[in-house]
Amino acid sequence: MDPATAVAAVLVASLTLYVLGGGADFGGGVWDLFATGPRARAQRDLVADAIGPIWEANHVWLVLAVVLLFVAFPTAFAAIATALHVPLALMLVGIVLRGSAFTFRTYDDPGVHARWSRIFAVASVVTPVMLGVCIGAVAAGGVRLDPATGAVRTDFVSAWLRPFPFAVGLFTLALFAFLAAVYLTVEAEDRGLREDFRRRALSAAVAAGALAFASLVLARLDAPVMWAGLTARPWSLPFHATTGLCASGAIAALWTRRFRLARALAAAQVAFVLWGWAASQYPYVLPPDLTLAAAAAPDRVLGLLLAALAAGAVVLVPSLVYLFRVFKGRPPALARLESGAPGGGTRAPGEAGTDRR
Amino acid sequence: MSDLLAARGQMAMSLAFHIVFAAVGIAMPFLMAVSEWRWLRSRDPVWLELTRRWAKGTAIFFAVGAVSGTVLSFELGLLWPGFMAHAGPIIGMPFSLEGFAFFLEAIFLGIYLYGWDRVPPRAHWLAGVVVAASGALSGVFVVTANAWMNTPAGFDVVDGRAVNVDPVAAMLNPAAFQQTLHMTIAAYQAVGFAVAGVHALGLLREPRNLFHRRAFALALTVGGTAAVLQPVSGDVSAKQVARWQPVKLAAMEAQWETQRGAPLRIGGWPDEEAETTRWAAEIPRGLSFLATGDFDGEVRGLTSVPREDRPPVAIVHLAFQLMVACGLFMAAVAALGAVLAWRRRRLPDDPAFLRLVVLAAPLGFLAIEAGWVVTEVGRQPWIIHGVLRTADAVTPMPGLVVPFAAFTLLYLVLAGIVIVLMRRQVFASPVFLREPSGEGRPARRPA
Repeated sequence: MDPATAVAAVLVASLTLYVLGGGADFGGGVWDLFATGPRARAQRDLVADAIGPIWEANHVWLVLAVVLLFVAFPTAFAAIATALHVPLALMLVGIVLRGSAFTFRTYDDPGVHARWSRIFAVASVVTPVMLGVCIGAVAAGGVRLDPATGAVRTDFVSAWLRPFPFAVGLFTLALFAFLAAVYLTVEAEDRGLREDFRRRALSAAVAAGALAFASLVLARLDAPVMWAGLTARPWSLPFHATTGLCASGAIAALWTRRFRLARALAAAQVAFVLWGWAASQYPYVLPPDLTLAAAAAPDRVLGLLLAALAAGAVVLVPSLVYLFRVFKGRPPALARLESGAPGGGTRAPGEAGTDRR
Repeated sequence: MSDLLAARGQMAMSLAFHIVFAAVGIAMPFLMAVSEWRWLRSRDPVWLELTRRWAKGTAIFFAVGAVSGTVLSFELGLLWPGFMAHAGPIIGMPFSLEGFAFFLEAIFLGIYLYGWDRVPPRAHWLAGVVVAASGALSGVFVVTANAWMNTPAGFDVVDGRAVNVDPVAAMLNPAAFQQTLHMTIAAYQAVGFAVAGVHALGLLREPRNLFHRRAFALALTVGGTAAVLQPVSGDVSAKQVARWQPVKLAAMEAQWETQRGAPLRIGGWPDEEAETTRWAAEIPRGLSFLATGDFDGEVRGLTSVPREDRPPVAIVHLAFQLMVACGLFMAAVAALGAVLAWRRRRLPDDPAFLRLVVLAAPLGFLAIEAGWVVTEVGRQPWIIHGVLRTADAVTPMPGLVVPFAAFTLLYLVLAGIVIVLMRRQVFASPVFLREPSGEGRPARRPA
């Protein structure tokens, strides 16, 4: 594998982890918005408990992806940032409002809880749509370069203000909501709550399926580059078959209440969707004008970058594993039960139960 | 407003906003970790309460800092695609390393904030230490990238393209050490003084509250130490700027003519039309000495370059004077506090001194903002000094005043909310009365 492809693979891996982690955090916000029924409050609390300790770490995958893009493929980054300025700026507003409102809600008076909750939830809906719009615009070949000068050719609007990017945006939102609901079925301790999220996961799966179909139809009409990439490759059929198997497997597992299996399959399904997009546009970073090789930084830069990534991973991977083991290793109630203490995260250390292990 | 001005305004506003949260993200975890260490050693509940309060403040600042930092990493491309297309690969090293530092910060802050009853006490404290260390590292890497814009290195320009790119040489650019040192110290100084000022206010209301006494003592020790060291770092920086960015230094000092034995100007108004500085108090040969170490050393003036290559002199000069004035005042307060504490062998808690600290509380952040104005405006009209002009790097996108206005409004609202939340946190402070025998020094109790 040449260094440019290797960095691109790391970039896709980074985006995958962003989608599987950060995407589900946004999906949690969607379920905050749609919290209903007698357990609405408990649903919101479960979402907050689930994303509280990890959303900031999950968010860094996006920052890493952006850094990889501008270090390794600077002309692609410059072109994307120019042609997709508007949806990217809206996504940023969403990112700022989501993170701030979530934190303010955690530390502000309970009296104004509802106000922060609303902002957090609306921002959690807007951000994934805008992220999907940007991905859809790139995939559809909307970001064009002048063949003579290599400069971006754009009117700042037509690349993204089309049906296909928005279909991808809504599809992204549905997938994030689906992921969140599936994860929450595992994290819910209460049977009723688990059933709430099981139903939500199933309806999100239906919505995601419908939007996937709509995106595909629109791709054929609106994004021929994408359509060709998705259909005409030798690996197309087996690849889509795997995605479809994961998706139907996840639904079947949800149906039969095998939630851990459903979680694994849902994550695999979403990863395959993302990889399907990446593979469909390989070897282009900006189809149809810019290949990875043409956009790539000099080999020395890429080599050092890969070395830095490898060195960073040595520190990062154990830290991440530790984070997820502490907070997602087993249901919090079980951990609390074992430690013999009833409280949440606000008790003093040194009291009973804090010295477990 | 022209699109270039709007883009510069948005970038400046985003940086000015983010730097406050970034500085808190560097220094606050350090205070928090020291406080928790004292708790682990003494098992004194005052330290625990203080640690928890500071952790809450850190959580709010870190979250807003993380999202506003994300905005900046995108804005590099949204506003300056011409810059990123050239500079991205060259300054990639510090940015990728910063990514990992930021990762560690976010991971261990999550463990710290939510893990009180999930990890053993020592692991919890260590998580705080990792947050403090990676926060500082993260700042160092980002400032390194900025230093490269001031003293670009690690590439050659051939036919308008960067070739022979050496990312390591770019990272070790001539300004990297001085700038990162200056900014890191500034973070501890600004945050130390701001926190000390808040607790000084608390002490003025409740002089016997141990909560405020300890917080004040710790924060002032950290901020004061930084304040005393900072002039040394400033001197090192100034000599570096004199050598590598003489036009910036000339603007900082409002020095128009190239001159041996140049005077140091205090105050004064640079008249850019007449190319002269009026109403400044001058210390003869002072500037030559500070810039070169020799009273007769030559200092280059602004007129050594054409007008279109000069930064806006008045802004840079005034911002520089403001930064130095704030810094010297804080260093003086720190020295006074040290003398008082040493002579009385106890916390300097006289109301007059406390008021002085309250007065100094915002100055560190004011100095940071002013210092960034010096660095950034002083580099104009260049975005990469001597290589690429800011006007040539801006996005072709029209109507940039709209995102500028939108993000400004957003950040104003966020700033207001953070202030309200902080006021509530601080003024709902718990009361731990000091023991009469302790003379205000924390009474050590065995665990």
